[in-house]
Amino acid sequence: MSALEPFTIEQFYKFLGQCKLMAGKCQKCGKIHLPPRPLCDNCFSTDFEWVNVSGKGKLLTYTVINIAPAQFQALIPYAVGIVQLENGVKIPGMIQGVTQEQLKIGMELTLDFGTCNTTQQWPQWQRYCFKP
Amino acid sequence: MNGKPLVSIISAGMSKFGKQEGLLGREIFGQAASEAFGRCPKLDPKKEVKAMFIGHMGESYEHQGHMGSTIADWIGLRGIAATRVEAACGSSGVALRTGIYAVLSGLSDVVIVGGVEKMTHRTTAEVTEYLAMAADYPFEQFHGITFPGLFAMMATAHMHSYGTTEQQIGKVAVKNHHHGTLNPKAQIQKEVPLETVMASKYVAWPLKLYDCSLITDGASCIILTKPELAKKYTDQPVHIIGSGQATDAIGLYERQSFTSLQSTKLAASAAYEMAQVKPDQVDLAEVHDCFTIAELITYEDLGFCKVGEGGKLIDSGNTKLGGLIPVNTSGGLKAKGHPVGATGTAQAYEVYLQLTDQAEKRQVKDAQVGLSHNVGGSGATASVHIYRRDQ
Repeated sequence: MSALEPFTIEQFYKFLGQCKLMAGKCQKCGKIHLPPRPLCDNCFSTDFEWVNVSGKGKLLTYTVINIAPAQFQALIPYAVGIVQLENGVKIPGMIQGVTQEQLKIGMELTLDFGTCNTTQQWPQWQRYCFKP
Repeated sequence: MNGKPLVSIISAGMSKFGKQEGLLGREIFGQAASEAFGRCPKLDPKKEVKAMFIGHMGESYEHQGHMGSTIADWIGLRGIAATRVEAACGSSGVALRTGIYAVLSGLSDVVIVGGVEKMTHRTTAEVTEYLAMAADYPFEQFHGITFPGLFAMMATAHMHSYGTTEQQIGKVAVKNHHHGTLNPKAQIQKEVPLETVMASKYVAWPLKLYDCSLITDGASCIILTKPELAKKYTDQPVHIIGSGQATDAIGLYERQSFTSLQSTKLAASAAYEMAQVKPDQVDLAEVHDCFTIAELITYEDLGFCKVGEGGKLIDSGNTKLGGLIPVNTSGGLKAKGHPVGATGTAQAYEVYLQLTDQAEKRQVKDAQVGLSHNVGGSGATASVHIYRRDQ
C-alpha cells in the first residue's frame, strides 16, 4: 500500500469501495487504529502505515431497530451490532442475512463490502455490513 | 460529608415539562427564570447576575442557534455574559460545572446556569435523527444506529453478562412513573404497570416504548453564588460540595465496556472524593434514565450496588421513594420528561427542592446529601454533582 494515502476516515471508506478493509498501524508503538486517527491515541505519534485487516470477527452485542430516522425507515426492522475482528479491534455496522432469532452474542460474522447509496449528499461513502 | 462548599444554590426554577404548544424555547425558559427570581426576592438580577451558562443541544429543533444570548435577551438580562453550553443530553450538567468554574474563578459572584429544549413540535423521526447527532457520525449514525439502538446494545450486553431480565429493566419505568404521579410538573403523572411496559412495542430490541424517556418541551435553571455570600440572599441555601465531569470514546464501539459508563465512573469518583462522601451516604439521587437500562447501569457505576447487580437493586425496591436510596423522585427523564438541554439543571432543581424540604408529596425525609448525574449521548460525557443541605 502506498503511504501517500492520508490516514483519514474518508480514505478508510475509499478503500472499502475497492473491497479492502484497511487500518492505520502506528509505526512507533504498533497500535492498530480502525478507523484511522490523526494521531495515535496511545503514544501521540503521527507516523502510520496502512495494513490489511481480516473482516472476520465475533458479535459482541446487537439490537434490532424498529424506529429509525427517515433515511433508514425503508429498512426497518434491521439489525445492528458491534463486531470484534480477529485482530481485536471493534467496529459497528448493520447485520444482514440473519433472522432476529439467529442473532447470538459470540456468533461469527464477516464484513461484506456493500454498495454505495447514490444520493448526491455528503458523504459518498461505501456502506459495509456484516453477514454470517 | 465534610467536603467544603464549592458554590451555593440560592434559588431554582423549572417550567412545566411536557407539551408547551405554541411556545418557543426562550418563552419556556421565561417560566423557569420567573420562578427562580420569585423565590429569591433579595436578589436584584439586573444588578447582580453577571454571567449565564445555558445548556441547549440542537439548533435543528427550532432553527435557533445562539441560545445563550437569546435567553439572556428574553429574560431581561441583556448585557450579561451569556454562553451556550453543548454536550448533547448532558448539556446543562456541563453548564452547571461551567458555572462553578465561573464562580470559583472570582470573575462572577452570581451566575445563572440552566438549560432549555423545545422538541414536541417535531415528528418522532425528526427527533430520532436530531438526537442521533450526539452519536458518532461516520460509524454509528451513518450505519443507521439510533440512540435507542446504542442503549439497546448496552442492554443486550448487560442481559448476556449478568442475567438481567427485560422485566427488571422495565421495573425502572414502573418506579419512575410512580414518582411522576407525585410531581405536578412531570410530563406524565399516571401509574404505568409492568404489564403495560412489557406489552409496549419494541423501539430497539430489547428496549420497548416504555423503556424510553419522553420527547419534551422544558426549561430549568438554578442560581449560584459563593458560599460566603449565600446567606445574603436566602436563609436556606443548598451547597454543592462535589463536582466531576468526564469523557469517553464518542463511539460506543470503542469503549472498554458496553455494560458500564467509564465517564460516569470517572466523574463520580472525582465528585465523591471532593465531597468526601461515600455512595452509602447519599440520601437521594437524580440519575440519567434516558432509557431504563441506563438507570440500572448507573446504580452500578455510582456504587449504589455491586457490578452486575443493578437488576437486583431495582427488585429490592430500595430505589423507590421510602427505600434506602430513592432514585429519580422527580419521575426522572422517564416520567418527568427529557427536554435534553434542560435535563441536567432540572435534576439539580429536584435535589434543591429535596434539600430545602420543598418536594411536597415526594419529600425524602431527613435528606442531607443529594446527587445528580447527567449523561451526554451514549456516555461520551458525564457529570456528577453532590449537594448538601445547609447546616
